[in-house]
Amino acid sequence: MSDQSTAEPVIQLVNLNKWYGDFQALCDVNITINRGERVVVCGPSGSGKSTMIRCINRLEHHQKGEIIVDNIELTDNLKNIEAVRSEVGMVFQSFNLFPHMRVIDNLTLAPMLVRKMPKADAEEIAMQYLERVQIPEQAYKYPGQLSGGQQQRVAIARSLCMQPRIMLFDEPTSALDPEMIKEVLDVMVELADDGMTMIVVTHEMGFAKTVADTMVFMDKGEIVEIASPDVFFTKPKSERTQLFLNQILTH
Amino acid sequence: MNDQATPEVVAGGSKRTAPPPIERIPVLRWVRENLVSTPFNAAVTAICLIGLIYFLPGFIEWALFDAVFVTSDHKVCRAAEGACWAVVGEKHRPMFFGVYPYEEHWRLIIAVLIYISAIVITMMPKFWSYRILVPAWIFTLVSTLTLMWGGFLGLAEVDTSQWGGLPLTMILFSGTLVIGFPLAILLALGRQSNMPAVKAVCVVFIESLRGVPLITILFVAVNVFPLFLPQGLEFDKLLRVVVGMAIFFACYEAEVIRGGLQAISKGQYEAAEALGLGYWHIMIRIILPQALRICLPGIVNHIIAAFKNTSFVLIIGLFDILTATTAVMQDPEWRRFTLEAYLCVGLVYFMFCYALSKYSQLVERWLSEGKRF
Repeated sequence: MSDQSTAEPVIQLVNLNKWYGDFQALCDVNITINRGERVVVCGPSGSGKSTMIRCINRLEHHQKGEIIVDNIELTDNLKNIEAVRSEVGMVFQSFNLFPHMRVIDNLTLAPMLVRKMPKADAEEIAMQYLERVQIPEQAYKYPGQLSGGQQQRVAIARSLCMQPRIMLFDEPTSALDPEMIKEVLDVMVELADDGMTMIVVTHEMGFAKTVADTMVFMDKGEIVEIASPDVFFTKPKSERTQLFLNQILTH
Repeated sequence: MNDQATPEVVAGGSKRTAPPPIERIPVLRWVRENLVSTPFNAAVTAICLIGLIYFLPGFIEWALFDAVFVTSDHKVCRAAEGACWAVVGEKHRPMFFGVYPYEEHWRLIIAVLIYISAIVITMMPKFWSYRILVPAWIFTLVSTLTLMWGGFLGLAEVDTSQWGGLPLTMILFSGTLVIGFPLAILLALGRQSNMPAVKAVCVVFIESLRGVPLITILFVAVNVFPLFLPQGLEFDKLLRVVVGMAIFFACYEAEVIRGGLQAISKGQYEAAEALGLGYWHIMIRIILPQALRICLPGIVNHIIAAFKNTSFVLIIGLFDILTATTAVMQDPEWRRFTLEAYLCVGLVYFMFCYALSKYSQLVERWLSEGKRF
C-alpha cells in the first residue's frame, strides 16, 4: 500500500479473525504495513479498530489467521510474544501510567527489568525522552500530579524508553480536554517525522491528513478501505467511508 | 524589578490567592455540634454522662485511692478495700515468662528487648533497605533463638515446651505473620490465576480451611498430624502450631488481598504487558504495591486478630501470656486478685494492638503522600 522505495513489510495481518464469545469482532482482516509507514485507522466505534491493533502486541489473542511482526509469528509461544512486545510500544486512551511510581520510575522500570539496563543508563535515556516530550521538569512527580496531556506524553516517553521499532496508538487523545490534544499530537507528529513505524487509531482527521501515509477505514470488524490520505479524503471508493467522513468532518 | 508597573496585578493576584478564612472552633460550638446536635445525640450524651457519673468515681476509688500498689504480703491486700496491683509485682515473672526456668529469665528479657528493637527499626522508613534489614533480622533471629533455646555457649538448654508467656506470644505472632503473609499473597494470586489447576488448588485450600475453627486446626496440627509422619520423623510442637496458625491466617488474608487485586484496573496489566514485563515483575512491581495499599485497613484488621488468636494455644498446652497468668493465679493466697492480673495482661494486649493500628494509619498516610489515585 505504501509508495516508499524501501518497502520492507514489518507487520502482516493475514485473514485475521477474532471473536468475543459469539460476537465476531474482526472478520478476515488483511493488511501489510512497511517499515517507516504511518497508518491511521478510523471508523465508527465498535468497528474493531482497537481490537486490531491490540492483536498486534497480543493484548488480545486471535482465533484465526496470521499475525507476523518483524518476521515473528504471534502464536501462544510466550517467547514470541515477549519478543514482539519488546519491539512494539503501545500508548493507551487512558494513559495507564503506574500511579504509585514517580514519572522517572515509570520510564526506567521496563528498561531495567526487561532489557537489564543499569539504573544510571536507564535514567539518562528516560531524561532524554522526557526532554523530547518537553516535560523533563516533571520527572520526580507522581502521575496524579500531572495534567492529562502531560500524563499522555509521559506514557509516550515510557514506551519510547524501550526503544521500540513500531508504535501503536489506541485513541491517544480521546480522553483529553481539547486544549491538551495539541500538545500530544505535536509529540506524535515529531515522532512520525523521525521515521517511526506508527499505527494510530484516532478521530483526529487533521492529524491524519498531515501525518498518514495510509488511511484505513474499518466498519463492523472489516477493513472497508485502504487508501492514501489524498484519495481517502477527496474521493473515497466506498459509500460507507463517504458517509463516515461526512459525519465526522461536517460539524 | 519594576514595582510601579504591576501594582494591580500584584493586588489582584494576592486577592485571588488569599488564605482561607480561619475557622475558630470554641468549646461551646464543638459541644453543640458534636454532643447535642440532635435530640437523639443529646439523649445519648446524657445517658453516657449519667453512666460516667455513676461508675467512674467508684472505679477510680477502687483502682487508685483504695488500691494497694506494693506489698509482698497477700494479707495486706485482703485487708484493703480497693484493687491489689501488688499481685502484678508479685507474680509478673511467671505471668510474663511462663514456666521457663526462673533463674534463666534474664535471657528472655534480653531476647524480648532485641526483638522489639528489631521491630521498631523495621517500622521506620529510613531503615527500609535490604542492606540494613536483612542483617538486622538475621542477627535478631539467631540471637533471640540462641538465648531462648540455649544448649551451647554455656547456656542451659530449654526445650520449646517450656517456653511461655510474652516471648511465646510474640513468637507465635511473628511466626504467623512471617509464614502466613507470603502464603496469603500466593493464595490470592493463585486464586486469580489463568491456570485452572493452580486456581482450583487455591480455591479448595482457602474455602476448606476458612470453614474450620482455628481450634480444630491447632488440634490437628498437634495431635493428628504426627500420626501421618513416618516413625522417627518429628517436627517440633511449637513449629507445628505456628504453621497451623499461619495457614489459618493466610486463608483469611488471601481473600482480603484478593479484594485489593480486583480494584486494580485492567489497564495497569495491559500497560505492563505492552512494555514486555513478565508475570512476576508485573505483580511485584506494579499490581501488589497498589493492591496492598488499597486493602491495608483490612490486612491490619486480620493482623490484629492474629495477635489475639495466639491465646488459643491454651487448648494444646502451651502457656502464652494469658494462659500463664491463668495458671499462676491458681495460687490460693493470691487467687482473689485474678481480676487485677487479667487487667494487666489486657493492657499488654491493648498496647500491642493499639500500636499496630496507629502504625497502620501512619503507613497509609505515607503511602498517600503525593499520590492521588
